[in-house]
Amino acid sequence: MNISTPFSSNRWLGLLFLLPTLLILVMFLYGPILETLRLSFHQVAFLGLREEFCGLGNYRDLFFEPGYRRMFQATLIFTFFTVTGGMGLGLLLALLVHGVKGGRGFYRLFLIWPYALSPAVAGVIFLFLFSNQVGLVNAGLDALFGRHPDWLASPALAMTVVVGAAIWKNIGYNLIFYLAALSSLPRDVLEAARMDGAGHVMRLLRVFLPLLAPMTLFLLVVNLMYAVFDVFPVVDLITKGGPSDATLLMIYSLYRDGFEFLKTGSAAAQSVLLLGAVAFLTLVKFRTYGRGIHYGGRQ
Amino acid sequence: MRKVFSLFRQKEGWGKGMFSHLTLLFAVAVVGAPVLLALVFSTQTPAQIFSFPPKLAFGTATSENYSLAWETYRLGLYMKNSLFIAITVTLGKTLTAFLAATAFVYFRLPFRGFFFAFVLMTLMMPTEIMIVALFDRVTALGWADSAFALTVPFMASATSVFLFRQHFLQIPLELVDAARVDGVGLSAFMLRILLPMSRNVIAAMALIDFVYVWNQYLWPLVIIRDGSRQMVQVGLRMMTSGQDATHWGVVMAGAVLTLLPPLCVFLLLQRSLALSVSLGREK
Repeated sequence: MNISTPFSSNRWLGLLFLLPTLLILVMFLYGPILETLRLSFHQVAFLGLREEFCGLGNYRDLFFEPGYRRMFQATLIFTFFTVTGGMGLGLLLALLVHGVKGGRGFYRLFLIWPYALSPAVAGVIFLFLFSNQVGLVNAGLDALFGRHPDWLASPALAMTVVVGAAIWKNIGYNLIFYLAALSSLPRDVLEAARMDGAGHVMRLLRVFLPLLAPMTLFLLVVNLMYAVFDVFPVVDLITKGGPSDATLLMIYSLYRDGFEFLKTGSAAAQSVLLLGAVAFLTLVKFRTYGRGIHYGGRQ
Repeated sequence: MRKVFSLFRQKEGWGKGMFSHLTLLFAVAVVGAPVLLALVFSTQTPAQIFSFPPKLAFGTATSENYSLAWETYRLGLYMKNSLFIAITVTLGKTLTAFLAATAFVYFRLPFRGFFFAFVLMTLMMPTEIMIVALFDRVTALGWADSAFALTVPFMASATSVFLFRQHFLQIPLELVDAARVDGVGLSAFMLRILLPMSRNVIAAMALIDFVYVWNQYLWPLVIIRDGSRQMVQVGLRMMTSGQDATHWGVVMAGAVLTLLPPLCVFLLLQRSLALSVSLGREK
C-alpha cells in the first residue's frame, strides 16, 4: 500500500486526518467491546448501581441453563435453514436466469427487488399474511384443503414463518452475486467441459460448483452475519421469540436480557460469544481475501 | 457474452427452455406476491380485509388508510426524522473516511500498518453486538433521546475508508506528481482533484449508507424513548403493537410508505449494482 512519494510528509497533519475516525472507533466501538467483555464477568443489579464480580458465572449459566440451551438450539436451526435455503435458492435461480435465452434483465430485476426492503417491512408483511384471523395464507389453505393452522402458535410453524420471511428478504442478494460470478466464469474451462462431452449434471457438479466455490464462501460469511444479526426485526415483529421461546434467537435473547429482564451480565456474555463468532468470520474473510474471487488461471 | 450463456444450455430442446421460463415466472410471482398483497390490502377497509373469501382487488379506503398512517401514526414525522439522520450520517461518514483515506495514501504516517489494521478490524462489527455497553456509554454522555445518539457513533466506517483508499490507489501516480510539481497545495489537491475524481465512489457509498441508516431498528428502539424523535422502522413497529385490534389496512399502508424510499434507491442503483458487486469483491 506504500506510495513511494507521499504528497505530504507532515505526519501530524496525517494523524489529524485520521483522528475523527480513530476517535469514533475508540469511543463507540472498541470501548464498548472492552466494556462488554468486563460486564460479562460481573453480575449487575439495581440498574447498574451495584456490580459484583462473578467470574465465569454468566457463561456457566449460558451453557447449562435449559432455557439458554433452547435458545442455542433455535439459533442453530434458524441459521442453518436461513443460510442454506437462501443460498440454495439463490444459486438455483441464478443458474436458471443464466441459462435462459431471453428476458434475463427482466428476471434479474423482478427476482432481486425484495432485497431493497428492510427486515422490518418483511416482518410486518409476513405477520399479516400468516395471521390467524385475516391472514391470506390461511384463507388460501382453508379454501384448498379446509385447514387453517395457527401458524404463530405452534413452535415448528412459527419457526417456518420466521425462516421464510428471512429467506424471502435475502434471496435477491445471493442471486445478484451468483449471477455476477456465473457471467465471469472462464470460457475456456466451460468449453473444454462441453467438448469432452460432460452432461448437464456432470458440468454442474464438476465444473460450475467448484468454480463458484470462492463466491460461495464469500456469500456464506455474509449470509451467516445476516442470519445472526440482521434478522432481529423479523423475529421482533412476527413472534417476539415465542411461542414458548421456540424462535428465541441469540440476538433477540441478548436484547431481552439486556433491556427487558435487566440481566446485563448475561446479555454481555452472549455478546462476547457473538463477538468471537464475528472475529472468526472476519478472519475467514481476510484469509480468503488475497486470493479474491478469481476464476481459472487467467484474470 | 452471448456465447458464454449458450454454453450451459447447448443441445437444449424447446421444451427445456420453456420449463426454465415457467419456473422463473413462478418464482417472480412468489417473490413479488407479499409486497403486491400488502399494496392491495393497504387500500381496504377493515370490513373488506375481514371478509371471507378475501378480496384481491383494490378497496375503497386508500386515502383514509394512508393519511391515518402518515398523520395519526406519525409515519410522516418518522420518515422525516430518518431522512435527516440518514443525510447527516452519510455526510459525516463520507467526510471522516475521505480524510482518513487521504492520510493513509498520501501521507507519510507513523504506524500506518497498525492504524490501518485497527480500522479494518471493525469491518464486520455490527452495532448490535455490544448494544448494552453502547447504550450505557451513550446514556452516560447524556445523548439518549437525541440525534447525537443516532448519528455520531456511526460516522466512522471501515468500509468507506477502505473503498476510498482502493480508489485513491488507482489514481495514476503521474497525476499526483504533476500536481505537486505544478505547486498545487494539499487542500487544492484534495478539493480540486481527489474529490471530483471520487464522485462515483461517493455516490455509490451514499446510497448504500442511506439504506443502512433508513433500515436501522434495534439501536433507535432502545436509545430513543421520546415518541416524536423516533425513526421510521420503529414507527412501523409501533403501528403493530397498538392497544386496539390491529388495523391491518393502515399497517400495510405504513409498510408500503416505509419501503418506498429504499426501493427508489434500489431502482436508481439497479443498473450499477454490478458496481457494488465489484465494490464488495475488493480487488
